[in-house]
Amino acid sequence: MIRRTHPALSAWAWLVYAFLYLPIIVLVVFSFNDSRFGATWAGFTTKWYGVLFARADVREALAHTLEIALLSTLVSTVLGTLVGLGLWRYTLRFRTALTGLLVLPIVVPDVVMGVSLLMFYSFVRQGLERAGWTFDNGFWTVLLAHVTFQISYVALTVRSRLAGYGPELEEAARDLGASGWESFRRVVLPLAMPGVLAGALLAFTLSLDDFVVTYFTSGSGFSTLPVLIYTNVKRGVTPDINALSALLVLVTVVAIVAANALLRPRRGA
Amino acid sequence: MLTVRRFFATLGPGVLWLGVFLIVPALVMLGYSFLTRTDLAQVGAPWTLESWQRVFGYDALFQEWTGDNVRVLWRSVWVAALSTLLCALMGYPLAFYIARQDARRKNLLLLLLIIPFWTNFLIRVYAWILILRPFDLVPSLTATLLGMVYAFVPFFVLPVYASVEKIDWRLLEAAEDLGAPPVRAFLSAVFPQTLPGLVAGILLTFIPALGTFVVSDILGGAKTALVGNLIQNQFGQAGDWPYGSALSFLLMGAVLLGLWAYARVAGQKGLEELV
Repeated sequence: MIRRTHPALSAWAWLVYAFLYLPIIVLVVFSFNDSRFGATWAGFTTKWYGVLFARADVREALAHTLEIALLSTLVSTVLGTLVGLGLWRYTLRFRTALTGLLVLPIVVPDVVMGVSLLMFYSFVRQGLERAGWTFDNGFWTVLLAHVTFQISYVALTVRSRLAGYGPELEEAARDLGASGWESFRRVVLPLAMPGVLAGALLAFTLSLDDFVVTYFTSGSGFSTLPVLIYTNVKRGVTPDINALSALLVLVTVVAIVAANALLRPRRGA
Repeated sequence: MLTVRRFFATLGPGVLWLGVFLIVPALVMLGYSFLTRTDLAQVGAPWTLESWQRVFGYDALFQEWTGDNVRVLWRSVWVAALSTLLCALMGYPLAFYIARQDARRKNLLLLLLIIPFWTNFLIRVYAWILILRPFDLVPSLTATLLGMVYAFVPFFVLPVYASVEKIDWRLLEAAEDLGAPPVRAFLSAVFPQTLPGLVAGILLTFIPALGTFVVSDILGGAKTALVGNLIQNQFGQAGDWPYGSALSFLLMGAVLLGLWAYARVAGQKGLEELV
């Protein structure tokens, strides 16, 4: 039953939406502001976009962000799907402990995860140095860290996707003569696929967006876009960062609208 | 049945990964919290309780209890609590508004809610500098609060919305038929049905608000430092890893304790639905 909404409730809702969109609109507007300082309007310009595209550090950080996001999503999707599958398929004696382990990366504040990984890498480095090996924090330490927080999201998404189906499905496939691999590939995987894709999408976005864990595990010579934005913001507001932010907002909006449009027709099927 | 072979074909790799990159680092962190800072960002013997004493307010230099850090911890808790309250005031009515629309509008409104939420966290926080600077509000505690509410309000709306969707409105009609005035009818027939979503929303807002250092770092300034900033500082400028470890452990412990209490009340299913 749909009840009429009170005018005050509607007004409140629109105020909240205005609050949510105000900073984004301000950001986009100021990226076209012909002034070094954001606060006053000094006419329309697109020069900050030119300044932005000319920056080698921005291009490099963008490449790092995408490399890390793609590779970590690939690894975490495989590992997370297998965990989700195992959670669904088996009756486990340590189910509560396992659920706890999976919930941990989601609920523990990311600053804690970041600094514990920073210390862990330092600890491992000291051990390896005695054996004559060494490594610097950078691409690989960030990659491993991202996979760590992504696995849980993928596993829980896959598991909740499969939750509606009983494990009998696999047994039925076996009875009809399918091998273990065949029943996995032709019965279980297609059922799990929407969950796998949703989990992968979530993992990818989390990686793109992550600042805190990357900040602590990246060392000094390696940065992703969020880390680069942070260092720039700390130094003082620069208009080309407004342009970068506006572009990232645009990419997000296009990606979400596209994902929504792609997912919608399938819902009826 | 889960045999060793099957374990390694499904759960094994992921569980081992989390063991190596989640549990072992937590143990390393615990170990570091009992060590001494030897040089900048270096740790070593002797093993000591000093960092833990400092966490609870003991000043090793003046050999007395000062409570400076306790004040930061306390400030973190109430700033997080206040942001959660503000998120509730904004988000609770909004969840009702969205749930009352027809299907198409509902989807659109949810999408509009998620778009800022999927936009890079740093950018959203940073944008508030542009808005608040002309009012001379950066850095300030007000700006931190505003930034937190802004960043976390969708976390609050989504779980509340999920439980508003499931409300049995017939109960409200029944209450009204029995002569309950509107407020009373709402409080006794509708509000209790939204409690699961409300509790989930509170946890999902309070925990990130308690742990963040980004919002207060960008919008708050040194005077309004929260426990997240204190931790970050130990791994940055201050270079005191043992103290930073102890603080991190305290923060993690507080969060886990809260979740444990929640799981006791809501059960394992409630915990799984939270994420």
